[in-house]
Amino acid sequence: MNEVIINSEMISLPALRAGDQREFARLVDIYSVRVYRLALKILNDPQDAEDILQETFLKIMRALPSFEGRSSLSTWIYRIATNEALMLLRKRKQGNSTLDDVKHDESEEGERELQIIDWCCLPERELLSGEGRKFLDKAIESLPDLLKLVFILRDIEGLSIRETAEALNLTEVTVKTRLLRARLFLRDKLSTYYAERIKSR
Amino acid sequence: MVDKGHCKSLLQNLSDYVDGELSPELCVELERHLDGCENCQIVVNTLKKTIELYRLSNEKDYIPDDVRQRLFARLDLTEYIQK
Repeated sequence: MNEVIINSEMISLPALRAGDQREFARLVDIYSVRVYRLALKILNDPQDAEDILQETFLKIMRALPSFEGRSSLSTWIYRIATNEALMLLRKRKQGNSTLDDVKHDESEEGERELQIIDWCCLPERELLSGEGRKFLDKAIESLPDLLKLVFILRDIEGLSIRETAEALNLTEVTVKTRLLRARLFLRDKLSTYYAERIKSR
Repeated sequence: MVDKGHCKSLLQNLSDYVDGELSPELCVELERHLDGCENCQIVVNTLKKTIELYRLSNEKDYIPDDVRQRLFARLDLTEYIQK
């Protein structure tokens, strides 16, 4: 596969491999928004996100000649960006153990009751008000790191299960398990939050 | 919840279900359960809504112009920057 269709724009891999700068600039324009958003969501700090953005594209520039196309270009870019962000995350947490362990709350989670509040009836302008959006971000921040990564790639960036697995170097089964836990975790947080909104109406 | 055992096993398949990737047999079984279990209906609906809200709230994200300018400069691509 030599050409990749993104937003109906064609990116030519041979041109990229040959070091065509104009083509690389097009690639940067198409992917920089996604890489920046990803880094911002993982690291929650604009300066760190900008560093990751720059490092990611420098790496891509250097590695393009050896890109074999075993995964899609977009998955490959997500993989590099995620690895860069993870490295920074680990550096931050040094001395403070490793990334949040997913197994940490596994036993407890099995016992937790699901929140049963139907908040779907709330109008969208209320669900996505300024304050509502802030809460959505806060809820993602509170996800354990390893669940967060899966959720961001799959549900925010829209990668498939398989692409998410490739980008994170995980099996599809692990991705599915973590995705379900992340989604339920967030659904729970949102239920608590929106239940308050319903009450105060 | 009314039928804890059944609801729990349903939970395992929820992600596949909301993504439309559940096998037809399991899907029929799950929908049969949903018909009679209001609590599970709420869980399914609010789960779908949660995912939808996150998609919607990130649709319009953009990169600040100064961040983009510095990125192009760092990559030595300033001459190709498109307005």
